[in-house]
Amino acid sequence: MTRNVAITVNGTERRASVEPRLLLVHFLRENAGLTGTHIGCETSLCGACTVLMDGRAVKSCTVLAVQADGRQVTTVEGLASGDQLHPIQEGFWEEHGLQCGFCTPGMIMCSHDLLGHNSNPSDGEIREALNGNICRCTGYQNIVAAVKNAARKMSKPIAARAGAR
Amino acid sequence: MKQTEISSERNSSTDAQNLEPWTNPTVVGKPLPRVDGYERVSGSAIYPADLILPDMLHAAILRCPHPHAIVKNLNTEAARKSPGVRAIVSSADPEGKLVIPYPWWVPEGPPVLLFDQHCRYQGEEVAALAADTPYQAYDALRLMKVEYEELSHLLHAQDALKPGQPLLHNTGNLVRRPDTYQRGDLAKGFGEADVLVEETYETSCEIHATVETHVAVARWEGEQLTVWVPTQAIYEEQKSLAATLRLPVSSVRVISQYVGGSFGCKAELSKHTLIAALLARKTRRPVKLALSREESFLCAGNRPPNVMCLKAGAKKDGSLTALEFTNLGAVGAYADWADAAGWAAGSYACPNIRTQDTEVYINAGKARAFRGPGAAQSAWALEQMIDMLADKIGMDPVEFRLKNVPATHPRTGEPYTSIELRECLLKGAEAFGWTKARVARASSSDPVKRGVGVASCRWITEGGPPTTVIVTLFPDGSATLNMAAADQGTGTKTIMAMVVAEELGIPLQKIHVEHADTGTTQYGKSGGGSHSVMVYAPAVRAAAADVKRQLLEIAAGELKRPAIELSLKDGKIVPVREPGQPKNLSELKDLTRREQIAGIGHPPPEPKGRLIASFGAQFAEVEVNVHTGEIRVIRLLACHDSGRVMNPLTHESQIFGGMVMGIGFALTEQRVLDDHQTGRMVNANWHDYKIPTAKDVPFDQLCLTIDPKDAECNSAGAKGVGEIGTVPTAPAIANAVYHATGIRVTQAPISPMQMLALLAARREAR
Ligand code: FES
Ligand code: FES
Repeated sequence: MTRNVAITVNGTERRASVEPRLLLVHFLRENAGLTGTHIGCETSLCGACTVLMDGRAVKSCTVLAVQADGRQVTTVEGLASGDQLHPIQEGFWEEHGLQCGFCTPGMIMCSHDLLGHNSNPSDGEIREALNGNICRCTGYQNIVAAVKNAARKMSKPIAARAGAR
Repeated sequence: MKQTEISSERNSSTDAQNLEPWTNPTVVGKPLPRVDGYERVSGSAIYPADLILPDMLHAAILRCPHPHAIVKNLNTEAARKSPGVRAIVSSADPEGKLVIPYPWWVPEGPPVLLFDQHCRYQGEEVAALAADTPYQAYDALRLMKVEYEELSHLLHAQDALKPGQPLLHNTGNLVRRPDTYQRGDLAKGFGEADVLVEETYETSCEIHATVETHVAVARWEGEQLTVWVPTQAIYEEQKSLAATLRLPVSSVRVISQYVGGSFGCKAELSKHTLIAALLARKTRRPVKLALSREESFLCAGNRPPNVMCLKAGAKKDGSLTALEFTNLGAVGAYADWADAAGWAAGSYACPNIRTQDTEVYINAGKARAFRGPGAAQSAWALEQMIDMLADKIGMDPVEFRLKNVPATHPRTGEPYTSIELRECLLKGAEAFGWTKARVARASSSDPVKRGVGVASCRWITEGGPPTTVIVTLFPDGSATLNMAAADQGTGTKTIMAMVVAEELGIPLQKIHVEHADTGTTQYGKSGGGSHSVMVYAPAVRAAAADVKRQLLEIAAGELKRPAIELSLKDGKIVPVREPGQPKNLSELKDLTRREQIAGIGHPPPEPKGRLIASFGAQFAEVEVNVHTGEIRVIRLLACHDSGRVMNPLTHESQIFGGMVMGIGFALTEQRVLDDHQTGRMVNANWHDYKIPTAKDVPFDQLCLTIDPKDAECNSAGAKGVGEIGTVPTAPAIANAVYHATGIRVTQAPISPMQMLALLAARREAR
């Protein structure tokens, strides 16, 4: 038994006939070929698979593809515009908010959610927001710095940012 | 300026193998972000799990649910007929009897059969299959019927050598002859002591828990096998695969360009990799096999649990007189290392020592090297013991350690190329505000008690051959660095590209790193034991120097000047006497004709009669809530001697990551086996096995360094940092807990439950 779904991923509508049990993370990785969304546990415990669904962060291993039917999904691949990385991506790069990079896409997507409703988060608020995302490498210090770096950049008007580059 | 340039020319024209460490580097030592940062933040990095090959199948493994059982009967008929299933392997196949070799650092052990009917740990492989989709593979697994005869199990090292216990192997439960080391006269040492302390410490089994689970993708082209697998050790895996499959080494290619963390658990051939290769051969289709989180908890390595009995003596002036350290460690069901005691013999200057390490089998997943293997467990015991002694003679713990810093390696008497342990302790204590923090204590009515603790550490490293690196320079001033080293997150690619940039004076952006592929790179040592920088920085530097030598020779011919009067700067040839007239590489006709210059480099041999080690001291501040037993680490400060810091960003990040891992080891991480009934692991998931998250770690973390300007260790002057960062953290925390509460917690992790029980016991005793 399969169901037809139409999920808009990074602005492109993708139609597919999927098993009802198919997890969104598998849809993204296997059907859409977007492997930037990683899998760390498939049980909602690590955050490596975090994506945005209608703008809010969700763990895509905890959402069925059929639940995403008709929704807008953004993955890490959808953040940059062309070659221009998103300020959050730049922040993680510049502040060394990564080591192996495996948790990074999930951290970035979760930070995106945070900065969407809190443009100037404190250390504590960043740690609270990222509490569902596990990183085994960095000790989190530079991840917090990365989110702050992004917040600083994003609070500047876009034109000023472009000019500064 | 001219002077240094000319002298650096002399350097490069002499033997590239005998370079002195840089005196004024312009790239090395700078806080530069990752050369592959774009790939990692954009989602475009292809980790092995991300590979999608045409026609690829997905495999899954049927695992024994019991800690100890015999497979009486296995029926795969229904699974074979399940939709999408293309192949099955099990003990019924001849391949089932294949024997997986131990990695080189485990010299011997009982044979590891791919599918052994005698299952010795929960999660042991029983059969595997490949299907069109992962879901079909899991569906089919459930249709496999296995009849097990359950055997009684052995879960604790302390029971392993008692009579009447189940025997895991026909050689018994002892892994190897206990390793004993002795120096001086122990009885005499204890006799000379003014104070004696005796204590037993335990550490729990800790799981690596890298966010990327183990995975392999295998593809055959004729008799040629290619395997994509995240690993620190491509050549170790290649050799083991070839031996197991009886293939020429050249027929096996192992690729490991992105690794989602390792810490030692991805450095040897795992059964799942072999299974992927076998299923791919059976089906003539590529096969991907990704382990689940639960599987990785059960059978992808761990830090073995240790029981350590110590007795130590010291004089009133703080000098150690004697140490006896006996360790019993459980390696799991197959051979590995669970040592701890031997480490202590090399830590402090102490004339009379006896250590013994005994390792036994138990019915649980096998250990693998885990960041600071042995050293971290040893430090948990020894560094607390040092505090107990200091306490007894009323001496400050920093001062006590300073008293016993060794001048040479205490076991062999060999001098170190550099040792700044003393400076690490002093600078760290100063920056931490140790003396003040040590005195200040919370008022007795406050349920939250504060305390500070310290611990020190040492990690022996080594570089040296055999390893071959190639650097290729093109006439447009770009270069390729070709090396075997993987980058498991440590930043090896970035640091080695920086070495090329330093040596050739070309920008980092123009250097491409081609690495970790046995098909295209040359043999190189694996990246473990903090060896990467020791092995590869000198090798890369030698290769770049070789390029530079050849380039300057070409330029000398064309510019009709001796090579010694030319230098390479910003990717241009600069005549030393007319620095205003640089020449672009593209203007060198000879270079253009040759298309490229390839330089080859090897790490020079290790310095003779000298040991290389990194050192450090860490300071922790904790809050203990005596009503709830909760412990919060509120401050961590590290001061490390890692030799030259190649890149402060990556160095600091290694220390932060190591310390946070140490918080987990100290406070929460523990494999829990169901003692009473099933013998199974009851917390094989990230909900019940707690690793620190962003909220559990102190905001206030600082990493300081001491550069000993070590000119002897190697031509980079660097000693490595990966392993050591986690070694002293847990005992520093335990010492801080003692300072806060007066309670010595000997068993890791210090759970709130344990803390409360100890507090209650003290209340009762009063
Ligand atoms: S993979 Fe989804 S939370 Fe871990
Ligand atoms: S960078 Fe490796 S898990 Fe976060």
